[in-house]
Amino acid sequence: MKPAPFDYRAVGSPQEAVSALAERPGEARVLAGGQSLVLEMNYRRERPKLLVDINGISELERIEEEGGVLWVGALVRHRDFEEPVSADPLGRLLSRVSRYIGHPPIRTRGTMAGSLAYAHPVAEWPAVAVALDAGIELLGPDGPRAVSAGDFFLRPFATACRPGEMITGVRLPLLGENSGVGFAEQRRTQASFALVAAVATLTVEDGTITAARIGLAGVAGRPIRAREAEEYLLGSPLSAEAFAEAGRRAVRETDPLPEPHAGVAYRRHAVGVLAGRALEQAAADLEGRA
Amino acid sequence: MKIELEVNGKKRELNIEPRRTLADALREDLGLTGTHLGCEHGVCGACTVILDGKAVRSCLMFAAQCGGREVRTVESLAADDGTPHPLQAAFVAEHGLQCGFCTPGFLMLVTAALEGDPDIVEDEERLRELLTSNLCRCTGYEGIRRAVVRAAGDMKAFS
Repeated sequence: MKPAPFDYRAVGSPQEAVSALAERPGEARVLAGGQSLVLEMNYRRERPKLLVDINGISELERIEEEGGVLWVGALVRHRDFEEPVSADPLGRLLSRVSRYIGHPPIRTRGTMAGSLAYAHPVAEWPAVAVALDAGIELLGPDGPRAVSAGDFFLRPFATACRPGEMITGVRLPLLGENSGVGFAEQRRTQASFALVAAVATLTVEDGTITAARIGLAGVAGRPIRAREAEEYLLGSPLSAEAFAEAGRRAVRETDPLPEPHAGVAYRRHAVGVLAGRALEQAAADLEGRA
Repeated sequence: MKIELEVNGKKRELNIEPRRTLADALREDLGLTGTHLGCEHGVCGACTVILDGKAVRSCLMFAAQCGGREVRTVESLAADDGTPHPLQAAFVAEHGLQCGFCTPGFLMLVTAALEGDPDIVEDEERLRELLTSNLCRCTGYEGIRRAVVRAAGDMKAFS
C-alpha cells in the first residue's frame, strides 16, 4: 500500500509540464488532484517513473465563459462547481452532478479534467462531457489539439490522450436560456461508485422540444450518448410518456458489461428508468423557472 | 528531497523520498501518530488533516506537494495545558467515539467544515453529506452528528 519509487517535478506552466513529460516517454504521469492516480499508485497498479505536478500552474485554475462556451481549466476542482459557475443552465447541471462525486474532501482536491483523463467507466464527468459534446484540449510535444468527448473515451481507463500529452482544459457548450437539466444515478450506498448514471438536457421552444441530449455512464465500456432516444424527443411536448419511451429507446443503444453488483439485464432495466428520470428532472427544471 | 512546511504552527524541515505520502511523513518522520491510516486509498477518512484550511486525505497526497504549506493535525486541537477543544469535548459528551480509530479524521473533517461555515449544522442534508466522508464502525454516526451540532453551538457561544 505504498507507491513504488518515482521522481517528482513541480512545474509552473503547461509548456514546462509537456517538456517534463517528454523526458520519460511513456513513464511519466501528470499529477493534478491525485484522488484517483495516487490511489492507483498506492495499490501499485500505476508505477510512473516521473510525476509531473501541475498544481502550481495558476492559469489552469480558471473558469471562463466566452462565445457560448464555458472553458474549465485542468485544475478546477469538483468542489468549485457546487455553487453554479454560470448563469446558464449548464451551471446548474455541473452543480447538481458535482455533488455525486466522491465526498467533500475528495471533491476539494479532485479535478474535472483528472476525472476525464482517468476515464472510469461509471464516472460522472465523462458522461456529462459526452452528453454535451465537450471539447477536450490537449497539449503535447507537437503543440495543442482538441478532441471531442465522443472520440476521447476509448475503453475503461483508456482515452485518446497520448503519452506525453496533458489535458489543459475542457470546453463545455452553454445550453441556452430555454433549457433544463437533469441527472440521475443508481448506486449501492451514498458514497459508492455509480452503477449506472444518466445526464439529460432539454431545450424547448413554444412547448416543443428542439434539442435533447442524453449521456449515459455504466452501460458500455465508455460513456455514450443515446442518440436514437434524443432524436425521438425532437418535436415532442414535455410529457411523462415521451420521457418513458425515450428511456426505453435509450436501453437499445446500450451494451452493458456484467459486474458483480449489477448484471446486464439489471443495468439495461436501470438505464431506461434513470434516463427517463433525468429527462423528467430536466423538464421540471425548465418548468420550475417558467 | 528537502521541503519545509508548517505543521501545527511550527516550521518543520523534512528530507523525504517523493513517494512519501503526507500521512506517512506526519506519522513516521514527524512522530505525529494522531493521524491514523486505515484504507490508504481515500475511502475511510481516518487520515484526514487540514491543509491550508481545507480537509484533505493525507494518504492521497505526497509530502513533496506540501512545501510552503500549512498542515494541521489532531494534535493541534487541544490547548497547550491539555484542555480539549470544544469539538473533542462534544465527542466525549455525545458518545461520538468508541474505539477511537476514526476519531482524529472526523475531528479534522468537522473542524475544517465548522471553520468554513458554522451554519452547516443548520442544514441536516449537508451535515449528513459531510459525515458520509469518513467511516466509523462503532457509533452508527448518530453520536458524531449530535457532537457536531453541540460543538457548533458551544463554539458560537465562546466566540
